Amino acid sequence: MSWSDIFLKVLKDNDVRLVTYVPDNVLTPLIKGVTTDNYFMSANATREDEAIGMVAGAWMGGLKGCIMMQTSGFALIANALASLVMPFQIPAIMVISERGTLGEFNIGQSLVARVLRPTLDTLGIVHHTLTEESTLQFIVDSSIKQAITTQSPVAFILSPLLTGGNPSAHGKLSN
Amino acid sequence: MANPAPQTTDRAALKVLNRNDLTRRLVAKLKHDEAVVGGIGNSNFDLFAVGHRPQNFYMLGSMGLAAPIALGVAMAQPERGVIALEGDGSILMSLGCLTTIANLKPRNLTIIIWDNGLYQITGKQVTATAGVTDIVAVARAAGIGASHWVRDEAHFEQLIDRRFEDGGPLFLAAKIDDQPGAAQPPRDPALVRSRFMKALGTGRGGALEG
Repeated sequence: MSWSDIFLKVLKDNDVRLVTYVPDNVLTPLIKGVTTDNYFMSANATREDEAIGMVAGAWMGGLKGCIMMQTSGFALIANALASLVMPFQIPAIMVISERGTLGEFNIGQSLVARVLRPTLDTLGIVHHTLTEESTLQFIVDSSIKQAITTQSPVAFILSPLLTGGNPSAHGKLSN
Repeated sequence: MANPAPQTTDRAALKVLNRNDLTRRLVAKLKHDEAVVGGIGNSNFDLFAVGHRPQNFYMLGSMGLAAPIALGVAMAQPERGVIALEGDGSILMSLGCLTTIANLKPRNLTIIIWDNGLYQITGKQVTATAGVTDIVAVARAAGIGASHWVRDEAHFEQLIDRRFEDGGPLFLAAKIDDQPGAAQPPRDPALVRSRFMKALGTGRGGALEG
């Protein structure tokens, strides 16, 4: 199975049915997977904080959900994390495709990517950088279960080492 | 070919209503444990002030997310009526969510905007709706067909009674005065969330309840 198939299977195994997202090239196989599988309820949000709000509401209504976004989108959600997810103890499962590193062509992406881990660390949000298929299932499955059990959010950062990075970067980089 | 005349509402002619009064009228009509998400500030202050009910969720910060949170609840529990109460400043921060809601078409979701044209709680700075922006026209253009200005108290009650008739989400906006919320809920988010979930049948703390 590909990394995206493994990831979606773990979501299913853990009854995570709602996926809200703002798209990214790297997320394409995940989004295609959830939008073409009737098991999932998917919602294309216009902003990442909106996607967080939907998953928070769904959790309180008894539906587990995850939010997919890219690094620059993560930079929009500090307030939603600090004033909704953390104080209300929402086990938001975040999937962040990592732009800005290992072959980024866009200087804006490379700068905004630097706020990702410091923001997560400042808020005390557990995060894992996923770099290889062999450990993917274990990390994601155990961390989703930990998030639900401890009523705490978790962030999975999809490294270019796992995903191959943004396909549109090839040809835009010079040496 | 000339464009058809746009649908316009003479907003200056709308009756100016009162948030607390309309909130009281709304809550009096909730007979089926409907979930109500109160947006930050005065929207949730008056929701609390008219009488706490465990199906109320009082936001704290996260300005603009009342409608997305309510949408999530509505998707999780399609048989339950879900209502979001937001101010004009808050919904202006989240106009995109109107397009999401319009496309998902949750029939059990109602969004109510208390529009006084002010960022009331930060010192009454004016919002875009005090100017040329018609928030009902915005919602309708986003694709929420059932989007209405509230003409008066009786009209509000009528619209609430008929909120499921169009088979899709309902968007209402009422012109209101600048009275502040009459009381403030305790700022204890974990408790608010826990009680809300218990009332929605999704709580996990049953064994600890007295």
